Amino acid sequence: MRLITHNMLQCHVKGCTTNNFPLQIQDAELETLEAEFNPGFVQRLIPKLHWGALYHTAVSLGIEDLPEQMPEEVTEDLLRAIHKVALETRVKEGKAVCLGCGHVYPISNGIPNMLLQDNEV
Amino acid sequence: MIKLKQLESELTQVTKFREPKVQLEQYPTTAHLAASMLYTAATTYEDIEDASVVDLGVGCGMLTCASGILGAAYNVGVDVDPEALEQARDNCDRFELDADLVNLDVQELVVPADDDEHGFRLTQRLSADTVVMNPPFGTKSNKGIDMVFLQAAAGIAERAIYSLHKTSTRDFILRKAQSWGLKGEVVAELRYNIEASYKFHKKKSVDVEVDFLRFEVE
Ligand SMILES: [Zn+2]
Repeated sequence: MRLITHNMLQCHVKGCTTNNFPLQIQDAELETLEAEFNPGFVQRLIPKLHWGALYHTAVSLGIEDLPEQMPEEVTEDLLRAIHKVALETRVKEGKAVCLGCGHVYPISNGIPNMLLQDNEV
Repeated sequence: MIKLKQLESELTQVTKFREPKVQLEQYPTTAHLAASMLYTAATTYEDIEDASVVDLGVGCGMLTCASGILGAAYNVGVDVDPEALEQARDNCDRFELDADLVNLDVQELVVPADDDEHGFRLTQRLSADTVVMNPPFGTKSNKGIDMVFLQAAAGIAERAIYSLHKTSTRDFILRKAQSWGLKGEVVAELRYNIEASYKFHKKKSVDVEVDFLRFEVE
């Protein structure tokens, strides 16, 4: 799972509505795979990203390429930084933990398991 | 862009469900069908190349592989079945495609919401330009599941949805879709050949009349 996908997932346990996003990545085994840089796509992606979630998640994983505040001016350097963080950094193993209710979503072989038990839906 | 014939021939390398699960209606999407669907989406409507594409009920990954080959910038496949996802992973690797896969029940994606104009909302923040899917048609035990998939797609897609539905339910689907802000059109009428993957199918294969629908998000 790349961080762009992490940016779109939240805890969906029934009744868990505060602090359910972003999920905190723990015990992460990261992998960086080069991907083709598509500046037009990244530019269109910016308004859809939750910047705070992307920034803080990246920092928690030791990635310091992004500015804390989303800059007003979009430069090629910024697009490349977003590309690197959101589209090239992936979590191969680990877990995504809800800071609201503590639910743990395991990530295995790059695939987050978002399935809930019957009593959590 | 790759030619249609070549796309179809590439997609014949996608391996099908090892052991299809009856309750999930895991009928494999054929290479021919996937190639026709995604090629139309890419060339007639320009909804694939450089776009973000979510595949709901990705299964063994046929539509996502087609989308990746046709130049989608970002692919995500969602499925309830972890074994199908492992297979989708292998199939994406075969084409060196960068798809993200999420183990998620599409039925858990949609919840009723009184304050929403369409009466439902998504439990996730998923969004994409385009949604592609070959949803379960819905049998006695999970009637209406195809409409839940369409609701989920309506919540995710910002541009368009490509989907397959039984022709017999066409009017109902188009009307419902319109009430959710989707303008539907029939792109093609197909005969969908369900192979006798399951023991309870007495005949060797069963043909079902299916619409290939495109919904534009208004
Ligand atoms: Zn939670």
